[in-house]
Amino acid sequence: MIKVQTDDFDVGAELAALSRGRTEVGAVASFIGLVRDVAGPGELSAMTLEHYPGMTERQLAQLEAEALARWPLDKVLIIHRHGRLLPGDQIVLCAATSSHREAAFEACAFLMDWLKTRAPFWKLEEVGGESNWVAARQGDDDAAARWKTDK
Amino acid sequence: MKVLYFSWLRDRVGVAEEAVQPPGDVTTVAELMTWLTQQSDGHAEAFKDPAIVRCAINQDYAKADAPISAGDEVAFFPPVTGG
Repeated sequence: MIKVQTDDFDVGAELAALSRGRTEVGAVASFIGLVRDVAGPGELSAMTLEHYPGMTERQLAQLEAEALARWPLDKVLIIHRHGRLLPGDQIVLCAATSSHREAAFEACAFLMDWLKTRAPFWKLEEVGGESNWVAARQGDDDAAARWKTDK
Repeated sequence: MKVLYFSWLRDRVGVAEEAVQPPGDVTTVAELMTWLTQQSDGHAEAFKDPAIVRCAINQDYAKADAPISAGDEVAFFPPVTGG
């Protein structure tokens, strides 16, 4: 399931809903991304996430389908927020459920690595009264590359 | 053809979206970028370093040599930074 929203999310409620009534599920792996104060304590005043409506949902749905095809999962959940967020706010929740932990852990890592390089979001940081677009990290490309199947 | 800009590309071009009608010999993403560069100083600034500009055609990632056609939605943006 894919949700792209401005509202915050309740991690406990979301994860509980994912496995409710699914007694064959023995493992729920999840990742929560938060707005981090990159500039130092108290320096970042806000972070605005812009996205490409339509393409975002399309790319995340492709990621979900890819994960479901590659691992024996029951469900996949990706919630990604956009709009203006404050330090410590939740940005993203990614979760995968399965009979066993290995598939759930791996799928969750895969989803986040690929999301970071494929989902069309851009972060604008407000630091000291100035707004700056965050530059992409090479490390994110490297992390995503480890999941490639055609190498 | 509808062209969309995101993040700092939009800041530099000055608009989030525009309808364009490039000449018939503009048939690929790379050729469209070159043609857009000539449209204004803002466009030129946005596409100054084409190697770091990413493109999507109809909401799927497209490479520089991908063909474009009149009814397409073509988006240009920097490398993504979500998550």
